[in-house]
Amino acid sequence: MNLSRTAMATVVAFIAALGVGILLLLAVGAPPFETLGLLVEGSLGSASKISITLLAWSPLVLAAAGLVVTFAAGLWNIGVEGQIIMGAIAATWVARTIEGPGWVVIPLTIVAGVVGGVVWALLVGVLKTRGHVHEIFGGLGLDFVAAGLATYLVIGPWSRTGVASTSGTDIFPEEAWMPTIDALGVEWPVIPVLLGITSVVLVWLLLKGTLFGLRLKAVGNNAYSSYLMGIPTDRYILGAFAIGGGLAGIAGTVQVTAFHHKLVPAVSGGYGFLAILVVLLAGFSAVAIAPIALFFVAISVGSTQIDLRLGLDSAFGGVLQGIIVLFVLFAGGWAAKHPNSSLTPQEEP
Amino acid sequence: MEATLNSIVAAAAPLIIAALGETITEKSGIINLSLEGSLRLSAMTAFVIAFWVGHALVGFAAAALVGAAIAAIIAYSSISLKLNQIAVGFVLTLLAVDLASFLGDSFVGERGPRVPALPIPFLSDIPFVGKVLFDHNLVVYASFVAIGATWWFFYHTRPGLIIQGIGERPEAAFARGINVNKLRFWYTVLGGAMVGIAGASYSLDVKLGWRETLTLNLGWIALALVIFGGWHPLRVALGAYLFGALQVLAFQLQDVFPGVSQILPVAPFPLMILALVVVHSAWFKRLGTRYPKLRNILGSEAPAALGTVFERE
Repeated sequence: MNLSRTAMATVVAFIAALGVGILLLLAVGAPPFETLGLLVEGSLGSASKISITLLAWSPLVLAAAGLVVTFAAGLWNIGVEGQIIMGAIAATWVARTIEGPGWVVIPLTIVAGVVGGVVWALLVGVLKTRGHVHEIFGGLGLDFVAAGLATYLVIGPWSRTGVASTSGTDIFPEEAWMPTIDALGVEWPVIPVLLGITSVVLVWLLLKGTLFGLRLKAVGNNAYSSYLMGIPTDRYILGAFAIGGGLAGIAGTVQVTAFHHKLVPAVSGGYGFLAILVVLLAGFSAVAIAPIALFFVAISVGSTQIDLRLGLDSAFGGVLQGIIVLFVLFAGGWAAKHPNSSLTPQEEP
Repeated sequence: MEATLNSIVAAAAPLIIAALGETITEKSGIINLSLEGSLRLSAMTAFVIAFWVGHALVGFAAAALVGAAIAAIIAYSSISLKLNQIAVGFVLTLLAVDLASFLGDSFVGERGPRVPALPIPFLSDIPFVGKVLFDHNLVVYASFVAIGATWWFFYHTRPGLIIQGIGERPEAAFARGINVNKLRFWYTVLGGAMVGIAGASYSLDVKLGWRETLTLNLGWIALALVIFGGWHPLRVALGAYLFGALQVLAFQLQDVFPGVSQILPVAPFPLMILALVVVHSAWFKRLGTRYPKLRNILGSEAPAALGTVFERE
């Protein structure tokens, strides 16, 4: 396969996706170039906006790194949303219960996030390996259960003193907030960003340089052959779920201790499903998810501006992300189908 | 009691049409995972078009086209581009959901036309049964026809035999001179059109009007119903009626226990997981062996070639 031709098709797909986005904006009577400009300005236009974008990048890339592992094992971890939420719930429990200095509480919220995410992911894994329930449906069902649990906690046992509203729990004590670094008059989310970078590096090393990673990919390629070759496939599947769930759980911790500073019903921010799009666009590569997640999160953060400034529905960001991924998938399929197209000079037949 | 059963039959109707559409698609060997998005976008389109034109039937036609178009994208990208059906379906789910929110934004809260009630003369006068089954509108009668027609089609017609062939053993069907991929494409489009009609039923009949949460999670429920139903139309319909009963019950309980109203929408999902565990259990599979005549309806195996790409050698 010719790599430059695939790259060329991808570029064409991006331009086409942008074109469809502009057509849609024209269809609803919005100024297309002002809208697209606002997407950039709203996410990267100032130091404070860049820090918001980086803070949102962290949970997205954490969830995506976990998904690279589950995809390597051939699993559709649609339960990632629920794993983020359970991580957030567990971290909230620690933040509300344990009193102490930040250097005690903050690591504990991260550990709790991991535990919450791992438990929820293993549940999907056991349903698959023992109950023969496909991970898409096990995961999806548990997503909704986790979302229901978060809503119940916010309006019930953990409701704000005096008022039960869906706006969230009480704000955490400041010892449980992930610390930031002041520079250029803006607070920078250093720890979330470091967590994100670390997760990408670790997942890359795991899949490139360990026996576990190699066997995991074997299970993903052909579970039955791997089983015949003596690999305990069920254990590898559960292992992949545990890693994916753990990283998603840390994403949940970041959402509550670095962004909201409280538990809210929609705490996952939809980053779990968005992370699936990121990984699909990245072609399942651990290294590529970092820049692609940044690109996608910039669209998401910027699209809140088009709502505020132009009165457009912020769902436009999601539309643009979806079209881009769809067209790039098409381009990949097209490039594989036409190995000798006229886009590049013909090779020897 | 009559009124409750009547509302269960009505509540299940769109779900039955959507789930049977997906059953047809999957029987042919293709998974259309996009149901959550297809339902949402077709519900929005149906409302907007019917609102403009002033006629519900035009809305239904537009919605069927939307559902068919999304299905055609999945079928084309699987058959011709050899892309993963789950991946394309998942991307289309999120895309269609956001597209519905974006394009439908300015229509939230508008009032549009609706499907008129149409009690069937004489039949609706039968005590009990008439009220439960024959005092509805065209959508509900269409769900009855869909159940009977898909069942008859799968198990009593030659094309029905062929669709099972291309979903189970496409190589064998191909060797018998059947154009596997062409049939798969059109059955996927047909299934998608049915999903679109179901979407229109939500915005023009069951819940009237358009808002983002109109069909929330019902697409995923319809997908799960196909598995729960073991790809058998009658069992799929039974699942839809059970779910409809749950919905109606939850709605009625809301007045008795106001506190649980936030939790009830979640209740079907643990039940869905439990139901899937049961139908995949060894105990349930033994039932099929014990009652061979019922094997068709008790089976829980997916079509053997589901989700795979067929290429002629």
